[in-house]
Amino acid sequence: MGGNMTKLVDMTGIEKYFPGVHALKTVQFDLFSGEVHALMGENGAGKSTLMKILSGIYQRDGGDLVIEGKSVSPTTPGEAQDLGIGIIHQELSLMNDLTVAQNIFIGREPRKSFGRLDEAALNAQTAEIFASMNLSLDPKTLVGSLTIAKQQMVEIAKALSYRSKVLIMDEPTAALNDAEIAELFVIIRRLKAEGVGIVYISHKMDELKQIADRVTVMRDGEYVGTVGAAETPISQIIAMMVGREVNEKPLDVPDLGDAEVSLEVSGLNRGKEIKDVSFSVQKGEILGFAGLMGAGRTEVARAIFGADVKDSGTIRVHGHEVSIKSPKDAVRAGIGYLSEDRKHFGLATGMNVRDNIALASMDLFTGTGGVLNDGEISTTAKGYIAQLGIRTPSDVQEVRLLSGGNQQKVVIAKWLLRDCDILIFDEPTRGIDVGAKSEIYKLLEELAEQGKTIIVISSELPEIMRLSHRIAVMCEGRLTGILPGGKDTTQEDIMHLATQRAAAMQVTGAPQ
Amino acid sequence: MTTATDVEKKKPLAGLSDSGAYQKLLAFASLIALLIGFSIASPNFMQTSNMIAILQATSVNGVLAVAATLVIITGGIDLSVGTLMTFCAVIAGVVLTYLGMPLLLGVAAAIAAGAFCGLCSGTFVAKMKIPPFIATLGMMLILKGLSLVISGTRPIYFNDTPGFDQISRGSLIGEIFPALPIPNGVLILFLVAIAASYILSRTVLGRYTFALGSNEEAVRLSGVNTDAWKMRIYALAGAICGIGGILIASRLNSAQPALGLGYELEAIAAVVIGGTSLSGGRGTILGTLIGALIMAVLTNGLRVLSVAQEWQTVVTGAIIILAVYADMARRKKSG
Repeated sequence: MGGNMTKLVDMTGIEKYFPGVHALKTVQFDLFSGEVHALMGENGAGKSTLMKILSGIYQRDGGDLVIEGKSVSPTTPGEAQDLGIGIIHQELSLMNDLTVAQNIFIGREPRKSFGRLDEAALNAQTAEIFASMNLSLDPKTLVGSLTIAKQQMVEIAKALSYRSKVLIMDEPTAALNDAEIAELFVIIRRLKAEGVGIVYISHKMDELKQIADRVTVMRDGEYVGTVGAAETPISQIIAMMVGREVNEKPLDVPDLGDAEVSLEVSGLNRGKEIKDVSFSVQKGEILGFAGLMGAGRTEVARAIFGADVKDSGTIRVHGHEVSIKSPKDAVRAGIGYLSEDRKHFGLATGMNVRDNIALASMDLFTGTGGVLNDGEISTTAKGYIAQLGIRTPSDVQEVRLLSGGNQQKVVIAKWLLRDCDILIFDEPTRGIDVGAKSEIYKLLEELAEQGKTIIVISSELPEIMRLSHRIAVMCEGRLTGILPGGKDTTQEDIMHLATQRAAAMQVTGAPQ
Repeated sequence: MTTATDVEKKKPLAGLSDSGAYQKLLAFASLIALLIGFSIASPNFMQTSNMIAILQATSVNGVLAVAATLVIITGGIDLSVGTLMTFCAVIAGVVLTYLGMPLLLGVAAAIAAGAFCGLCSGTFVAKMKIPPFIATLGMMLILKGLSLVISGTRPIYFNDTPGFDQISRGSLIGEIFPALPIPNGVLILFLVAIAASYILSRTVLGRYTFALGSNEEAVRLSGVNTDAWKMRIYALAGAICGIGGILIASRLNSAQPALGLGYELEAIAAVVIGGTSLSGGRGTILGTLIGALIMAVLTNGLRVLSVAQEWQTVVTGAIIILAVYADMARRKKSG
């Protein structure tokens, strides 16, 4: 990098306390113009807190924040915006029922006399920003009709419309597929060239190599170090993050022989989302489902589970055909579904650990008159807390206070308690940090060894390769192939099937 | 492990702020402060007779507020509690006065009518997926209209049913402890509250009430028949409104068909002051009781101080905003 870059941000000795928690301990971070500086760390390491201080959402309790040579203390996001700092949150904060342009200029709409809105100017200014990003998108499109990737672009356009010099991106690729990520990176590189400084928060290691110039690692609210992205091996960055080396053992695919077929799906159809999907899984097997975002994997899982109604298809559990019309039917058949979005679909986050574990099995603890036996719930929950190694101070801790990995274990416990021997995991490690990931992997393998039937849906190919005994690949609602697990299959093989479209359509850059 | 110690450190704090204990404490402290303030302002306030009047005034609103609490914890809202109360009172009037049935049958009919109407609301919400606000707004108007139709827009008196007025006005406690002539209506409120509290904390129905308000989709995907449970909760709330109907009819010794509108807002106000979250998942019956008491003390105290009726309403409104603000401020802090 050239020496003519100016220092946009310099944070030193930052301290932050929350009631009972010392969240940031003398943390430092700096950012030059025209660079992408990745901020890494496990969940709870303090990345978001640090960035919230930079963007005016939190106030620091100590240390210095210098923006372009001036010491500042923004107390609101608005003040930070005036200083040229824009943040794109992990959870998009767009209004679905407004147009793209209306979203971008919300709160500062161009006006005509008597407070009338100038929609024409609004759309023109938006079109200008899109042109500068080389993005072809109609300003009058409703945000709700866009893909997540396009919505992300709108967020970026919004941040740019404030003439931001600093852009903070919190896990921008979490919901994007590979093509969309490539699209995002093009825009990031363009912004870089224009001198914008970008703080890039992500869990995905391979992205760092592609996009970041420098990497700063945080752990437990402390600054660990800053390294160059190009010259530092990923294993070293991971070691910095977790404070230890994470060893991944190679997958050995067990020989299941003629083990019982526990789940057999044939001719599954649902609208345009699922087209004639058939497969079977053996007892003790881990079947991975790979594919691009929107390939229909989650839809298949939801249809099997009865969360969505299927148009046609039969499902056999242990050889017997079962009629599944609602999750209740699926659970009765011994099928459990662990949604990718734990907070929305998996957990009652306001409730405590033991009630969440018991949620699907309340009838086991119900006495006469519907009275619950809390003592028994507690004993049972404690058993699972010990068995699965759920790290919680007690069984009555609210689940929202647990880390992602431990929340996932609570959901697993829920289904184990319900005696489900077919478990469908949808993105089991999304939002879970590196250290906890391998723990979840180990848990899934143990469950398979105990004779459970496991289906894993994942968008991360390394995860699919790491876990699956066999790999089912989907594209546009169809099952395009089933590959053997282990070292015989490469990521290329999977990608080949994942992009094997029914009609030979070409992907174009035009918005849909 | 670092995560474990992190969580451990947070625990004492989390325990205090999450149990809603703080909000209850705040509401309770406000209640005490109001009592002390009014006692200093007027010597007439702290009279036994006045205290009993306050409790009596709390009884109907309190019962309705308990019903509203159940629905609100599921993340819903029930606007029909007031007119449902009236409807149940009218049903009791029809059964007792028009049909001349025995007392117990009238009471049972009122509660059954309440449960049935609650079940209807629950069906609209759970099965037909109508937003609770709209579904119960519709029920509110339907029940108001039906009350007037059935009664022929005239009050139904219970003069032919001896003992009916004693349900609310009599005092079993007073017979045992003559110094404490607490009316039965108040006793019934406390019994209803204890029962509802027990259901919420000890039964499956209660657990699902919180779970639905906390994350309905997660509950559904756990294989729980969420629709059925939601309907049961609305039905239970309806039955409790039926008890409210008996109480008000007994207190007035008549079913007044024009009454009822506006009661739902007072009930919801009591729930909110008591710290139950309108977004669902959190709330307590004790808080609701304290909220209902605060409203009754306020109304009564201002009247004792000869504050004009119009201003009493203004103050009540201000208190509601203050109470919710205090709750929001606390939540923001505990993050």
